[in-house]
Amino acid sequence: MSAIENLSVGVALPIRPNTAPPRPYGLVDAFDRSSAKRFRFEAPGWLLRLAGPVLLLLFWQAAVSTGGVDRDIIPGPLDVLAAASSLIESGELQKNLWASLDRVLKGLAIGLIAGTSLAVLAGLRRQSGDILDSVMQIVKAIPVYALLPLFIVWMGIDEMPKVTLIAVATSLPIYINTYGAIRNVDSDLAEVARVLKLNPLEVVRHLLLPGSAAGFLTGLRYSLTSVWLALIFAETVNAMSGLGFLMHQAQMAFRMDIIVLVVSIYALVGIGGYAIVLGLERVLLPWRRSFKGL
Amino acid sequence: MDTALHHPPSSNLAVDIRGLRRAFGGRVVLDSLDLTVRRGEFVAMLGRSGSGKSTILRALAGLDLEAEGETRVAEQRAVVFQSPRLFPWKRVHDNVTLGLDGDDVTARAESALREVGLANHLRAWPGTLSGGEAQRVALARALVREPDLLLLDEPFGALDALTRIKMQTLLGELCRRHQPAVLLVTHDVDEALQLADRIVVLTDGRISLDIDIELPEPRSAGSPEAGELRRRLLSELGVHS
Repeated sequence: MSAIENLSVGVALPIRPNTAPPRPYGLVDAFDRSSAKRFRFEAPGWLLRLAGPVLLLLFWQAAVSTGGVDRDIIPGPLDVLAAASSLIESGELQKNLWASLDRVLKGLAIGLIAGTSLAVLAGLRRQSGDILDSVMQIVKAIPVYALLPLFIVWMGIDEMPKVTLIAVATSLPIYINTYGAIRNVDSDLAEVARVLKLNPLEVVRHLLLPGSAAGFLTGLRYSLTSVWLALIFAETVNAMSGLGFLMHQAQMAFRMDIIVLVVSIYALVGIGGYAIVLGLERVLLPWRRSFKGL
Repeated sequence: MDTALHHPPSSNLAVDIRGLRRAFGGRVVLDSLDLTVRRGEFVAMLGRSGSGKSTILRALAGLDLEAEGETRVAEQRAVVFQSPRLFPWKRVHDNVTLGLDGDDVTARAESALREVGLANHLRAWPGTLSGGEAQRVALARALVREPDLLLLDEPFGALDALTRIKMQTLLGELCRRHQPAVLLVTHDVDEALQLADRIVVLTDGRISLDIDIELPEPRSAGSPEAGELRRRLLSELGVHS
């Protein structure tokens, strides 16, 4: 009692017993089965994922075969496959696909390294961050494709401007997302790094890079989207090989089947890139694997 | 002044604070505070929340660049915070060895983790540990550095009551074995009474009470001496019973 009197609040409120009758209620099943029972058919996830595109292809082919859609406007899947096989036979498809992939891989590699390095450089110290980040924000505001004419004047019409455009286009999302993630690294952990006397290199290696890996992967995902866009822009200018070149030629010759083929290839490599990012997530974020989703 | 910060503490001291002052935007939290901790001495610092006890600890840990005054500490110091602060992307073992190099770090980390009872969790991810286990990893991360000064900032404050009792016993054993100087910041009077050689009470940025604790071992919270000390300490902290 005396302890209560000593509390600084001072006024002890009288405790009145609750005289109202208890509100009646019934009990329900803790696990609501009524909603779970309704759909018992359980197909594996990959089958469901595959079903959508397959149905679309079948519908598309049916529309063309029945004459509902004019072949000269949209060729059917089988026409596209035929075009692919004849281009493979002549070796044109491989040659052009490789030429494009070569540009993409080189540009992506440079963009990845540049984007990540700049993000780490800007993230490591507040001063360098203030200086560098404002510059990067300005660069970000420029549609990078507007830089292509400049690159061509500086570097000619060879591979250099194409690879450079791809590198710039991919480095920006990597930089923005990685830098953002570095700035969000838990400051409590930064204090631990300080207490443990980690040197700057160790801070980058043990704290900043792993701490920003999720942001990096988000950036990579955006990069893989913009990389093909950059490729298309790059290959519209004086390309003598590549998917863009193939498409341009097909357009001149009204070869709708080849145009649709190239579009399909863009889609396939895009999905391939997405699969690579998913795989990278497992490699780079194994400590987060424990969360399997709700 | 700057050279004084890096000067080794005089031979028998692990902490030597003189005239420590810290203000947060005009609000003075610590003013001309003096405190020494001898080598191997276990000092518990009690204080109400906002009394500045964590501020002292952060200054000693080298985390507060704006504290004024002379704060000299043993060079080999380690810190355990209220939350474990483990790097989630590093396995338990790698968290313990963080920043260490040498051929024997693996063996040292293993023995430190064995000491805190986690020899079976070397390869576990921090996210899979319970709160008490994670805090034991933090303790191992501090001990593996063989600190001359162990700074503990309410290390068991976030644990449940049962885990806390076990952790207090473990900490007592580890400190008896390794004999570091310890500064334990806490608001738990019983924790301080169980572990400390000396208790200081911080009130409004000044040390208002500084007593050596001489209780019969093993210490029991139920003993009349402990009861008398508890009353005195609680009264100093503004809780009268």
